[in-house]
Amino acid sequence: MANIAKVAEALGYTVVTMKDPERNVSGGYAGDLLSDVMGHADEDELLITIQGHKNTVAVASLLSLTAIILCNGREALQDMIESAEAEGVAILQTQETQYQASVRLDGVLKALK
Amino acid sequence: MQTIPINTYTSPTIILELIYRLKVKDVMTRNLHAVTRDATMREVQHLMREKSITGVPVVSAKRLIGIVSMDDIIQALDQGYVGDAVEYHMSKNLIVLEEDMPVSFAISYFDRYRYHRLPVLSKNKELVGIVTTRDITTRLLWEINREVENMERMNQETLIIDGLSREVTSFSIMKHDFENAGFASTEIKKRLKKSGLFPRTIRKAAIASYELEINLVVHSNGGRITAEYGPQEVTITSEDRGPGIPDVDKALEKGYSTANEWIRSLGFGAGMGLPNVKSVSDSFSISSTSQGTLVVATVKFSEKEIEMMKSYQKENTDGEHSKGS
Repeated sequence: MANIAKVAEALGYTVVTMKDPERNVSGGYAGDLLSDVMGHADEDELLITIQGHKNTVAVASLLSLTAIILCNGREALQDMIESAEAEGVAILQTQETQYQASVRLDGVLKALK
Repeated sequence: MQTIPINTYTSPTIILELIYRLKVKDVMTRNLHAVTRDATMREVQHLMREKSITGVPVVSAKRLIGIVSMDDIIQALDQGYVGDAVEYHMSKNLIVLEEDMPVSFAISYFDRYRYHRLPVLSKNKELVGIVTTRDITTRLLWEINREVENMERMNQETLIIDGLSREVTSFSIMKHDFENAGFASTEIKKRLKKSGLFPRTIRKAAIASYELEINLVVHSNGGRITAEYGPQEVTITSEDRGPGIPDVDKALEKGYSTANEWIRSLGFGAGMGLPNVKSVSDSFSISSTSQGTLVVATVKFSEKEIEMMKSYQKENTDGEHSKGS
């Protein structure tokens, strides 16, 4: 089983917050429109996005997503980090694009199986 | 020189929304005192004293060609060329704003350059106004006052338990309060988790309440989200005080959205809100007039779930002291 700590390490992305390193990762969903994410992302997935604010955490928490990957070097705002810590949602950060991150994540999840 | 202490990137969302929503034309002074290129520095000096202003734009056929500041006048008096025409001594190296730019631009310009006032041009490059830091702070204070007033009035949560032991929670939602958007739905989700429902059911209710809550934040003048936890279903009701949905059928179409650019940049306005609510609800109703919109969405529990909940609740209450029945 792939947990978020292993996935983060394999991806080599910056860990902004990770309260619960044991949380399971089942897959990923890429999107910036939160209602679209709301309708399609599933439990324990990683959200690959450029939306670095608090509302992204609300969506992740409501859907029980494991982590948010911020792409294109987007920074997480301070209140986003605080609410991610409170909700136990991890945040990773990378310079890579959403496409690259998606491909990488797929590779990592297959390797960790 | 003093800067405007508002960070155009990390300030609270209400402030960010304000400085993007307000345009330069909303804060600028339209009442202009300009001169033409052949006016003398002396004439400008008199104009400044008369009108109590510290900078005068120089125009030629409505086009801005320069600015004479108080400093330029002092220099002219000192060096003895105050009788000269302004065109020889005005500042020509100009930083200008466009009237449709958001106020956030003006703030970062003022913070970056040493100028006390910036001329404003229309789309066709005509001079239409002038902005000072004072214009901006005055308007912002006015708007912030209004937002704080709204906050004070509305930020409470209420809990009512009706006679049928149906628990009801209700949340006030403010217009454009992205800071707290998602709070009501997170609370509703937590409450459902406690009753031991299936994750699928909790997810459906979370989606419905989140989308309705975001709709209130993005589109309404403020309203209320109410969750009723029944023995066989959870009902989420969203009520607001207008402005109403002009075309409800369109609003239920996937991908149709009336959100503005600022809202979209935050990731909202995908046009999936109401369609998402409808697709996760077992029953769904909507009615809208200019006075307000009412949406009722119900997520039913499955037979199996209801059975499981009963035993789950029994286990939970057996461990506690009697709460009375």
